[in-house]
Parts: sequence; C-alpha cells; structure tokens
Amino acid sequence: MLALFLRDIRLNIRAGGGALTGVIFFLAVIATIPFGVGPDLKLLARIGPAILWIGALLSCLLGLDRLFQADREDGSLDLLVLGNDRHMLALTVLTKCLAHWAGSVLPLVIAAPLLGLFMNMEPLSIGATALTLLVGTPAITFIGAAGAAVAVALPRGGLLISVLVLPLTIPVLIFGVSASYGATANPDPFLQPFLILAALTLFLSVLGPVSAALALRHGTD
Amino acid sequence: MRLIAENLGGERGGDTVFSGIGFALADGQALVVTGPNGSGKSTLLRVIAGLLPVAEGSVRIEGGGEAFPSIASACHYLGHQNAMKPALSVTENLRFWRDFNGDGQLGVEEALETVGLGGIGHLPFGYLSTGQRRRAAIAKLLVSHRPLWLLDEPTAGLDKASEGRFAGLMTRHCADGGMIVAATHLPLGIEGVELRMGETG
Repeated sequence: MLALFLRDIRLNIRAGGGALTGVIFFLAVIATIPFGVGPDLKLLARIGPAILWIGALLSCLLGLDRLFQADREDGSLDLLVLGNDRHMLALTVLTKCLAHWAGSVLPLVIAAPLLGLFMNMEPLSIGATALTLLVGTPAITFIGAAGAAVAVALPRGGLLISVLVLPLTIPVLIFGVSASYGATANPDPFLQPFLILAALTLFLSVLGPVSAALALRHGTD
Repeated sequence: MRLIAENLGGERGGDTVFSGIGFALADGQALVVTGPNGSGKSTLLRVIAGLLPVAEGSVRIEGGGEAFPSIASACHYLGHQNAMKPALSVTENLRFWRDFNGDGQLGVEEALETVGLGGIGHLPFGYLSTGQRRRAAIAKLLVSHRPLWLLDEPTAGLDKASEGRFAGLMTRHCADGGMIVAATHLPLGIEGVELRMGETG
C-alpha cells in the first residue's frame, strides 16, 4: 500500500502529472474575482471564505478524471483489481485517493492562505478557511473517486464526473463555508459545522472507496 | 495445484464469443491457446483471471492452499498493455509491482538481467522500444512468484533472441511446478497442450 502511495505521488510530481494544474486554476479563479467584484474591500472580505471554498472545490474536480483512467490505459488497473485478495480493492482505492489528495489537493490548501490575501480576509478568517479546507477537501476526493470509477471507461469523462460529483459535494461545501464564517461572524457557531464537516469526511472515506471499488470491479472489460 | 475449466463460456457485449471450453492443467503443464483473430483468446484469458464474468460453466483452481485461494491471487496476468508507467524508470516500475504483489522472488536487477535489459533500469519506461517494454513487462512476472501465468500474446514485439530467452523462462517456470496459459498465434517454443479456438465453439 505504501508502495502504491509513493508511486502515485511520484507520478503526480513528475512531468505530465498535473499536480500544479489545480493550483494554477485555483489561482486564476481567485485572482479574477477582485477584478470582477470591484474594489469594495468589505464585500471581498465577506465573500472571501465562500469564494475560496468554491474555487478549491472546482479545482479539486479538475484532475479527478485521471485518477483511474491513467491506470486503465496502461493496464495497471487490471492488476490492481486482480490484487483484490491481497489488498482489498477498497483499500487500494483509498490509498490512491490519499495519494491524489496529497499530490493535487494539498497544494490547494497550502495556497489558500496566500489567495485569501487577494480577498482582503482577516488572518483569523484565513486560518479558519484553510483549516476547513484541510478537513473538508478529502471528502471531495473520496466522492470524486466514486465518480471517476463510474466514468473510467469514457475517454472524455472529466465533465461527466464533475456533473455527477458536484451535487454530492454540496453538503461538504455548505458545512465548510459555514464553519469558516463561524470563526469570525460572532453569533454563528464554528465548532458544530466543523465537526459535521469532519464527520462527512470520515463517512465518505468509507463510502467513497467502497463504491468506487464496486464500480471498478464491474467496469473491467 | 490444478486449474480446471468446465464447459466454460464467455461473452463480450452480450454476444457469446466462445462456449464449451474445458481443460484441466496440473503443475508443470502449459496450455497454448491458438486461433484466428476474434476467436476469443483474450476473452478466455480475462474470464480465467476473473476480469470478465463467466457466462456459463466454471473455472477454478484447486489445491492452492491458503496462499492462493483464488485464481486472481494465484496468477500473473500479462495483457496487451504492459502495466508500466512511462514517467517512472524501469526499476521504479518493477520495484512497485514487487512491493505491491508481494512474494518476492528475484531482485529487480536480477530480473532485468534475466530478460536481457541489464544496465538500463535507470531509464524512464517511456524511452524504451516496443520490444524492450515487453521484456520489462516479462521481468514483472519474475519479481513476484505466482504459480499461474496468464499470457496474452506475450511475444508481441520481441525479436528472435528474446523469444528464445522467454521460451527458456517459461520452460523453467513449468519445470518449477508452475502453470501457463498463453494465447498466441506465434509458436512459443514450449511444450504444451494446444487448445484451438474458433473451431470448437
């Protein structure tokens, strides 16, 4: 399992892995918002956490289609599926998700505080948003894995995955953003939505890989 | 250990590709599956491996014990694709499969020497020629031990010398008590039972 994790991280970082695509897209989205919204600093600060979350969510979806497709094209996926007796396929999928998260999504979380400055956010708000992103984005990857497994045989599955996955990620977005707001806006609670966000991630870390494994097992042809 | 298929049938997209295939392989035996294009050789191998559902009949492994309870756990599947990442070096690829598949047998360097690729392990897999890629994929069979080899056109792209070397490897695998099911339309140079497809079905 560690070998698989390291291999996927390595593939992500090497040329053509696309680890930076998401970050650059994230940067492009966030950097254009202030130009579109105008120089109203208060407004920017107020919508900042929501914009960061939406940007991160969309950037997360960007590289998902390659999660299993690259393995399918070179035949590795067959061998990963055949390894089911030694390494349960759901665990293999979980490992791939974690590697994908660490390689492609973690950079987004790291870039988020910097991009928060673009939105004129306070340090506390930036910290809270980065923390909720850190806790919430794995959930998006896990849901995305199920979508990617369903669409693995489709050559241009990227858009389909986004459409399939986006509705399912809405709860993550809602609780992520409300926790980020809870940190600064006073009567709103921070802890409750944050805990629900963490619970969503834990729940989906089981459901996502299990359903993705099921889809992959029946998708080999 | 025995691999037994009874009245096996397979289908692709709802159409029956073959049916009524039966064979029994014991330790040290090889089955060479031949037949024209489209006769279902690759489908048969994928059905045996469990990558495609069995349409009718059954295929099973007996006497695998705890280590190899199912065909999937007892087999190496070498398909049309080599299952190697072009961006990683040959050694990195092989080391990954060795770690993932477990049951280490030969070292990565030794395996590469055995297939005649010694000294190029540091190159990215994507830089290799077709024949070299195939040989690297064959080295993958050697780094972890599996009693059953399912080979789909294993010698595609190999030159005469490499074919000969691979025949030697297969003979040695059988001599060590392994089993081979190979689909091919080229003579492989191994002793084995021949199963002609496209005529029985």
